[in-house]
Amino acid sequence: MNLSYQHQTNPTHHLQIEDLNVWYESHQALRGISADIPLHGITAIIGPSGCGKTTLLRSLNRLLEENKGIQIQGKVWFNGVNIYERGVDVAEVRTRIGLLAPKPYPLPMSIYENVAYGRRIHGLDVLEKGNGRNLDRKVEYFLRTAGLWEEVKDRLWDSAAALSTGQQQRLCLARTLAVEPEILLCDEPTSALDPISAQGIEEQLILLKQHTTIVLVTHMLRQASRLADHVIFLWMGELVECGPAEKFFTNPQDPRTQEYIQGKIG
Amino acid sequence: MKIKRKLTEFLVNSLMVLSTLFVVGCLLLILGTVIRRGLPALDLAMLTQIPQGGYYLGKEGGILNAILGSLCLAGGATVFSILFSLPVSIYLQLYPSSPTTRNWIHLSLDVLWGIPSIVYGAFGFSLMLFLGMRASLLGGIIVLALLEFPIMVRGMEEAIHMIPVELIESSYALGATRLETSLRVVIKQAFPGLVTAVLLATGRAIGDAASVLFTSGYTDQLPYSLLRPAASLPLAIFFQLNTPFPAVQDRAYAAALVLTVIVLGLSIISRLLSARFNKNIIR
Repeated sequence: MNLSYQHQTNPTHHLQIEDLNVWYESHQALRGISADIPLHGITAIIGPSGCGKTTLLRSLNRLLEENKGIQIQGKVWFNGVNIYERGVDVAEVRTRIGLLAPKPYPLPMSIYENVAYGRRIHGLDVLEKGNGRNLDRKVEYFLRTAGLWEEVKDRLWDSAAALSTGQQQRLCLARTLAVEPEILLCDEPTSALDPISAQGIEEQLILLKQHTTIVLVTHMLRQASRLADHVIFLWMGELVECGPAEKFFTNPQDPRTQEYIQGKIG
Repeated sequence: MKIKRKLTEFLVNSLMVLSTLFVVGCLLLILGTVIRRGLPALDLAMLTQIPQGGYYLGKEGGILNAILGSLCLAGGATVFSILFSLPVSIYLQLYPSSPTTRNWIHLSLDVLWGIPSIVYGAFGFSLMLFLGMRASLLGGIIVLALLEFPIMVRGMEEAIHMIPVELIESSYALGATRLETSLRVVIKQAFPGLVTAVLLATGRAIGDAASVLFTSGYTDQLPYSLLRPAASLPLAIFFQLNTPFPAVQDRAYAAALVLTVIVLGLSIISRLLSARFNKNIIR
């Protein structure tokens, strides 16, 4: 199954979710979600706690199935391939669709190795083998992209555990970007961070969205309105409304969206 | 009411302190006895010589055969056991298997853990008879590996279970397979716990007498072949304590002291080892 770019059927949509249903044991967490995620820009998934935001996000790179007792039904089209089809390589899906988790968990190794980890696994620098400097350049490049390079350039071989939470989250961003994903899934990436670090991450996301499709889960309406180009609004496992952010915030169609935006519910 | 609550608190507190003192006291008594009787009998010859003629009557010689034998037996068994325990515990913790299967495996491991070591010895002995093997170092290693296996697997599983799910998932999210995640992330993160599990199992194996009684036998020779019998410290203690001579019995305590020091040494070495790998661990 080839997930590469040229197979894309609809060049304006990077991911197409088609009638996605998810059950945790007997509880249905997502009900018939269908939505398109446009190419590039930031698509925000918003909604109150427990509405299935994270479930939806994690179903987009098949990380959801690591949970016990989960059942997934439906299709997610990525470059013309349904990622849930038999024969699709899960590892490749997760490589091309990266995830930034809410709380940073650096890998138990040095700062440098954290960024190099994915590249080594996928043999991305294999052509220049024996020339470790290529990997060095890449590590520097992705640490710069995540806005962390200046702070860690003198201690690349120190443990990643010694960094502050804000730095760790930027390291996780660098680590995720280092495998060069086409799509970046962000699950409340600033929820564990102080406002300054959070702002840092947001700035990086704005820079990244020029070339990357970003799907952002957030429970902060203000963050969504700051960052989002498109919005998917979930309510109790159902999709209420989705579309361009401007229209969503200024002229919502569904009464639940109107009440949610005005702060009456959720 | 207030007084009653305070009294209860005080009573329970004192009980906890007393139980701690009791346990520590027992340990000190055991160590005290071993040191008091063993230390005077311990000399260089005991550590560097094999039993000479009449050793068990109180004459010249030492227990180097048993020291080296025990190290070979426990060391070999530990290596063997790690080769099986690590894959099994990683499989049980990281690979999807039905809860029923896992429960059955855990039940089997717990039963194995509870089996008295003399039964392992008898099992090993009948297996060796069936294979036409004689009592040998190899036989002892295999039986001790079996003895170590359930202890090691449960300890390793616990160590792997302590790893945050998010950490493992963050490796999956980078497109790493389960194997890559296991080898590059899980083992590193769980390392101190894995070392503890190995140590616990090794400690059990090196101190076990019943399982090696029939399987590795006993000899006054140094262990120089896997297919020859090998001596061990627990049996050295047993045989020497069984003699009617107080001088030889004291040597049994000296052997016990050597065994204790070896276990202590293993513990210290493994702690230093895991501290070296500790700095990268995410808490």
